[in-house]
Parts: sequence; structure tokens; C-alpha cells
Amino acid sequence: MSAFIHTVYPVASGDYTRAGEASADIKRKLKQLGVASMVLRRVAVASYEVELNLVIHSMGGELILEVDEKGISLTSQDVGPGIPDISMAMKEGYSTANEEARSLGFGAGMGLPNMKRNADGFEIDSELGKGTRISMRFNLV
Amino acid sequence: MTIQDMVDLLRAKVLCGEDKLETPVFSAFCSDLMSDVLAFVSDRTVLITGLVNPHVIRTADMLDLKCIVFCRGKVPTAAILEDAKDLGMTVISTRETAFTTCGRLYETGLKGVSITWPQEDKQT
Repeated sequence: MSAFIHTVYPVASGDYTRAGEASADIKRKLKQLGVASMVLRRVAVASYEVELNLVIHSMGGELILEVDEKGISLTSQDVGPGIPDISMAMKEGYSTANEEARSLGFGAGMGLPNMKRNADGFEIDSELGKGTRISMRFNLV
Repeated sequence: MTIQDMVDLLRAKVLCGEDKLETPVFSAFCSDLMSDVLAFVSDRTVLITGLVNPHVIRTADMLDLKCIVFCRGKVPTAAILEDAKDLGMTVISTRETAFTTCGRLYETGLKGVSITWPQEDKQT
């Protein structure tokens, strides 16, 4: 199926100043497409969470938005360090975020479970030393 | 209750969005943890916080929140307020604590948001 939107957003590690800009652009694009506000909000929340995760935890990566007639795909791919225990990371309240992230109001260990809750499809794969890939799908029909 | 009613109750200062003070408000959520705001706020609601940084506005934008109350006399920078203004938000600041802010609003009829816990999801 051919995507009619395919945008790649590079996200830098530790760049808290720009964190959220990709998600704001994603929300703007989807709003222009006429995506219903309930779906739009779910995508925006999941996108912001995953973008913040890239900034807080990764060594850098990218966020990829793809839209086709059936739905919206949001993929986060980073270059490390990888998650040692995914089942722990998926638990609400479990966090390895640093002080800087916490001082900004993040790192409460809600990110991954919140992404899963908001998406219709959620997959996470991680390899230590290689990186983490999170794929989320949001149905439009 | 309208935003103007909140301004009066909290003796708050309107920092931006003066043209939207007659907008009705139905529920509120108070937290300095934006992680929790993202996790628990699912409906249009008023955000009460003492945290002042650009991520408060970005978090509110993701959730389509249109009114933010900064408590404990916190006032965001002009740049943060400019972002809020561009996004059509109303931002007010009160000298009251978060506890008193919530108490005053609750007493006058504003409700908290309902949280659905994962266990309850599984049961339904």
C-alpha cells in the first residue's frame, strides 16, 4: 500500500529545547488531512511520548510518520543503547530517566505503557548496543 | 463555570487569551508531572500546575487543552506565553498554592477527570 505521507524527523539525544517539535508538526499535518480529533489526540500523545523517549533515553534516532488510506503509522528507530529488560520498561512507574528529564516533568515511567494504550497496534524490539524500534499503528477506518 | 469565574475565584492574572474568558470549563487536572498529564488527561480540561517550562504548553497542545492555570505565583517567560497564544490557549497565574487552587475550584463545582486503570480495562 502506498503511503501518501512519509516524513522522517531526526531527533537528537538530549535536545530538550526542540523535543516536541516533530510531534507538533505531525499533529499539524494530520489535522490538515482532516483526521478526527479523538484519533488525532491519541496519535499526538503517543508521538510526544516516543519523541521524548528518543531525547531522554536514546543516543539519537528518528521518528517516521506514514499515512495511508487505512491508518497512520508512527515508527521510532534509534541507534542505541537498547533496553535491557522490555517487560520492566513496559511497567507503569518504572523509569531510568535522568534528573534533567525529571526536572522538566517527565520520566515518571508512564511513556511506553501510555503509547501502547493510545495506539491500536504497538510493537517494540530492542537489542542492547544496537538500538530500539517502536512501531505504532492507528486505524482510520 | 467559565475561565472568567476561575480568574475571579483565584484572584488570578490573565497572561494571554483575554478574548476567551467566557469559555466554559468542565473539569481540571492538577500535576507538575507532565508524564502523568499525558497519561491521565483524555478530555478537554483545565491544567493546573506549578511547573513552568515550554513542555507544559507542548503537553497541553498534544491533548488539545485550552486553559492553563499556573499556581504559586509562577509566570512563564514571554516566549512560552507567545507559544500558548499562537495555540489559542488562555493562560492565567494565581498566587494560591495548588491545593488551595484545586479546593476553591472543586468547591465551586469543577470536577476532576476520571482515570481508567488498566485492570478495569481488562475487566470490561
